[in-house]
Amino acid sequence: MENENNAGEPESTGASRRAFLKQSSALAAFALTPPAAVHAVERGLDEKVAVAFEQQPLRVEINGVAQQLSVEPRVTLLDLLREQLNLTGTKKGCDHGQCGACTVHVDGQRVNSCLTLALTTEGSKVTTIEGLGSVDKLHPMQEAFIKHDGFQCGYCTPGQIMSAVACINEGHANSPDEVREYMSGNICRCGAYANIVEAIMEVKSKGGRI
Amino acid sequence: MKFDKPAGQNPIDQLKVVGKPTDRIEGPLKTTGTAKYAYEYNEEVTNPAYGYILGAAIARGTITRIDQAAAKAAPGVLAIVTAANAGPLQAGKFYVSRFLAGPQVDHYHQAVAIVVAETFEQARSAAALLKVEYKKQAGNYDLEASKEGAQPPNPGPYTPPGESRTGDFDGAFKTAEVKIDRSYSTPDQAHAMMEPHATIAKWEGDKLTCWCTIQQINWGVRDLAFILGIPKENVRLISAYIGGGFGGKGTVLSDLVAASLAARAAGRPVKLTLQRPLMFNNTIHRPKTIQRIRIGANPDGTITAIGHESWSGNLPGGMTESATASTRILYAGANRLTRLRLAVLHLAEGSAMRAPGEASGMMALEIAMDEMAEKLQMDPVEFRIKNDTQEDPEKPGRKFSTRKLVECLREGAKKSGWERRNAKPGAIKEGDWLIGMGVAAAMRGAPITKSAARVRLDSNGRITVETDMTDIGTGTYTIIAQTAAEMMGVGIDQVQVKLGDSSFPESSGSGGQWGAASSTSGVYAACIKLREAVAGKLGFDVEKARFSDGRIILGDKSAALIEAAKGGELVAEDTMTYGELSKEYAQDTFGAHFVEVGVNAFTYEIRVRRMLAVCHAGRILNPKAARSQIIGAMTMGVGAALMEEMVVDKKVGFFVNHDLAGYEVPVHADIPHQEVILLEDLDPTMSPMKAKGIGELGIVGVAAAVANAVYNATGIRIRDYPVTLDKLLRVV
Amino acid sequence: MNPFQFTRANTTQAAVSAVSKETGAYFLAGGTNLIDLVKREVIIPERLVDINRLPLATIEETASGIRIGAMAKNSAVADHPLIKKHFPLLSMALNAGASAQLRNMATVGGNMMQRTRCPYFYDHSMPCNKRSPVQSGPFKGQLNGPAGCGAIGGVNRMHAIFGTSEKCIAVHPSDMCIALAALDATVNVTGPKGNRSIPFAEFHRLPGDAPQKDNTLLPGELILSVDVPKNEMSKYSHYLKVRDRASYAFALVSVGVAADMKGKTIQDIRLAMGGVAHKPWRLAEAEVYLKGKEATLENFKQAATLAMQGAKGYGENDFKLTLAPNAIIEALQIATQTV
Repeated sequence: MENENNAGEPESTGASRRAFLKQSSALAAFALTPPAAVHAVERGLDEKVAVAFEQQPLRVEINGVAQQLSVEPRVTLLDLLREQLNLTGTKKGCDHGQCGACTVHVDGQRVNSCLTLALTTEGSKVTTIEGLGSVDKLHPMQEAFIKHDGFQCGYCTPGQIMSAVACINEGHANSPDEVREYMSGNICRCGAYANIVEAIMEVKSKGGRI
Repeated sequence: MKFDKPAGQNPIDQLKVVGKPTDRIEGPLKTTGTAKYAYEYNEEVTNPAYGYILGAAIARGTITRIDQAAAKAAPGVLAIVTAANAGPLQAGKFYVSRFLAGPQVDHYHQAVAIVVAETFEQARSAAALLKVEYKKQAGNYDLEASKEGAQPPNPGPYTPPGESRTGDFDGAFKTAEVKIDRSYSTPDQAHAMMEPHATIAKWEGDKLTCWCTIQQINWGVRDLAFILGIPKENVRLISAYIGGGFGGKGTVLSDLVAASLAARAAGRPVKLTLQRPLMFNNTIHRPKTIQRIRIGANPDGTITAIGHESWSGNLPGGMTESATASTRILYAGANRLTRLRLAVLHLAEGSAMRAPGEASGMMALEIAMDEMAEKLQMDPVEFRIKNDTQEDPEKPGRKFSTRKLVECLREGAKKSGWERRNAKPGAIKEGDWLIGMGVAAAMRGAPITKSAARVRLDSNGRITVETDMTDIGTGTYTIIAQTAAEMMGVGIDQVQVKLGDSSFPESSGSGGQWGAASSTSGVYAACIKLREAVAGKLGFDVEKARFSDGRIILGDKSAALIEAAKGGELVAEDTMTYGELSKEYAQDTFGAHFVEVGVNAFTYEIRVRRMLAVCHAGRILNPKAARSQIIGAMTMGVGAALMEEMVVDKKVGFFVNHDLAGYEVPVHADIPHQEVILLEDLDPTMSPMKAKGIGELGIVGVAAAVANAVYNATGIRIRDYPVTLDKLLRVV
Repeated sequence: MNPFQFTRANTTQAAVSAVSKETGAYFLAGGTNLIDLVKREVIIPERLVDINRLPLATIEETASGIRIGAMAKNSAVADHPLIKKHFPLLSMALNAGASAQLRNMATVGGNMMQRTRCPYFYDHSMPCNKRSPVQSGPFKGQLNGPAGCGAIGGVNRMHAIFGTSEKCIAVHPSDMCIALAALDATVNVTGPKGNRSIPFAEFHRLPGDAPQKDNTLLPGELILSVDVPKNEMSKYSHYLKVRDRASYAFALVSVGVAADMKGKTIQDIRLAMGGVAHKPWRLAEAEVYLKGKEATLENFKQAATLAMQGAKGYGENDFKLTLAPNAIIEALQIATQTV
């Protein structure tokens, strides 16, 4: 469990920053900026001084590898994967939870990594498309997608595949219609839907957890 | 190689590899997340800065002041680029948009500034600290209201003349015994490809390399050099994998320009992607049309007069949506009129999206044909067949190279159970659901254009193809590999394909449905040269020898290809160019769509239950990939029919629903099992490949087939897309 | 997305304390709406207090019904045997919302807290009275972005027909809350001043003069759980969600129905609508009318007419004046198995 020394009290790095902030006299310089911007800039200026405060430790297992990282609170799991860990298989399609291209598994559950702050995955196990299979050792779902041509441009594909695996493991792949409903969080603009459903039903028909 | 007379027998006709439903060769990369898209070159660019675009907060006016103090002071900020420090910038040669506002703002979310910072998060938050003051100016945002002042467009390579006339349309329509005169509209639509526009730009001295996501590498080099005012030779573009395009990534858009400027300003490579909510108002889209269709016929169903007028809008100088294109050539009729008008609108630029012109126009024309059939009390399949033509109706004597529209309609009617359709609307009900069937014809031009490739035979006997052609999900990697394998007589696993790099020979690029036919023909030409080189090296008569099983064979004599490359790699390069066959023949692709829908009798929700497409599009190079192109296009057609609309706030002047929750595209649950029938066809007038494009054909007519099915289900005719339940309820 | 502080709370007291002592601090649960809004700078937080570790995810049977922990994930609630058995309406409503991924992230408490999907609210270049005033600094109290309502006289196809104000015509987007409203749930909260319970009908509020306030929570209050009382209406229930695309879209109109039937007679019934108001819209008059009546199309039509009294369109959403009663009728028919 994180934060053992401080049980019961929220873990905080903000107190001294706020103290600094209150002393900041820079605000007057921004009288013309809109309120939201001023609000942020007072913090922004503060940031330069307090950059050391910004990052927080994160321990997370990604594709079976324990990671000890240091990340800013506002970094999403998606950006952590793509920009800091070079795990670019997870795609940024919309960055707002509206397309599913960023789907990964956190502790076995499919989630949108674009709306997951990296720090909230502390102590979790994250699986991305890179952790599912590889070119030399394809996962059955990856094989089925190739066989049924369940993709075209390939950009939504990792998300579709991560979602498809979860869909079966959740027990939501009992009929083509059920698959269609439970895969609807993964948009494919190329329109490979009919082929994706066939791929999933084939993998499902072989039985078991995948 | 110049192609100027119809193709005879050639090595492609062996069909050992070409024509087979081969799995995509890049499948293992795409399914494992290892295919690299523009923003993902982390190994090639190890120390990038991040760029973020701030879009204009007004639709039209001028920027009076940008207060950068707060943003500049924000942590990690390396540079801020605005029109004031960007240096001179041109618009590109295809799009008219200016990629950086200032002082004037041309449309909402036009880039006002680019903030460069050490991290993505820093760049994004610093962009929000820019304080931009504007002076607003009134603008036109309403096509309906701007129709009166609309002008004939200036004809250009992608814009037909503003008017076409054959015979005496006005007289014939006036005297026609049966006629309709109807207005239709199609909305602004977004490409909404899954990969947002993205670029990594890196300067080395005055040389610029950009990893980007564009469909036409050659246009991209031309445009980026022109926009930045640098020599073409100094620009290298790489787009090895493209996360969807549909015309929305034709050439340079704001991400490429912004990343290039940002990298120059920061003195560092810069990664920049358009945030999804910016894309809709910042980039391009399929523009709204208002269309008027008049059809006159004899009581036997013979069309005597057909007229189609279309209005669209665009930024000053922008293209028109040539929605009348299909009407000029699809159906017979002695008296014809088409007219295009273009209004100035101050919304983001309208441009090409999958089957530009034809998709929009057929959304209207194929409803009109349904209405006319009903008025004539004819079956809509039979009415279309009755008016088939085997020659260009505007140029009698000019034959179609191949045209099996009638066969498409007949086969589709048979396979879809069309005879079960009740001609009386609203007659079939299952529980609370009204059931209807609809049909529409499909047609799309089959342009082909020059394309080059380089082919290498290495000392391991492997073939490598290099061309700047792109694969936007179309299956290009695979069909090019199939082509080279067939030509060189090797297995497809012996072929490596390298695409999307401007250092490779210039190809057709992906657009206008010309990519497959053009790029494989370029590879054919290069392979012919490589065959000559191999034969020369090994002492064979290339005219008589055949290439098979990794060997060159003539009579009893044979040698392994690998022998030819023993002394070093053999390299051949050629460009396929074209003569006048496309003038001599009308070269088009055809199809027919059959759709069954259910409409809830209380809520008027519409759900597609069955879909079938029958297509006729030259030689099918890879039936698996071709089928996928069609089902994908059918899916996009369902979107166009039932949900897709960039909604304009006509007071403010912007597309309101500018993200993927607001702009709905079909999801899994919207799409039933889809059937595709590909009719056999060879078109020797196209190229030695005898193939045509198919990716755009698939969308043409789909929306109308859905709309016609909704009419058949409900008896309510909706002429303004998308066909949504609110429009049905308004009539009920 | 401005920089903000991140705090992981291990106890509810610590979480409440962290949020209530600091303006600009927000509870972070599933984040499916909050992170979206922070990315768009519609919400500019000073601090996010991560409450995902709080032991509030239990779903358990109580003497009078089922208690659902505020941190229970939407997917866990939807698939829970107790919920499927006693409140299929709630299960259906949850599964009608968002996507499988988002339901795995979103919590019951977070779902209740989600903001409207009005596009003018999400684009802070556009006028909106709903965006929260800036929480601190010299411009405290002022709106982030221009005031006004872009939707009134603008694009408003998705917007409300009941309970609107001159300041705001936005709708509450949740499906789950429609079911909870129909099922007479109670919301248990804790806060700086201790614990209290709020009847579900009083949890969300109409926009009035303060559209930035979606609900009646006091500053620093945290949702602990939702109590759903048992009823005899599990067999005859239905959640009808009407939308343009078949899934992964917000409702144009939705209707939740749960009924207790004896033969063809409606013994008792609960009705609520979504997509029509700033809060889940309970159809009390229609319920009263239907009680004791036969389940017939005529009676359903009359109930729908009663339900629509006072409805008002704003142009593009006028169709909801027809769609809503039709949806009520259709949902009643399906729920009572009289189709």
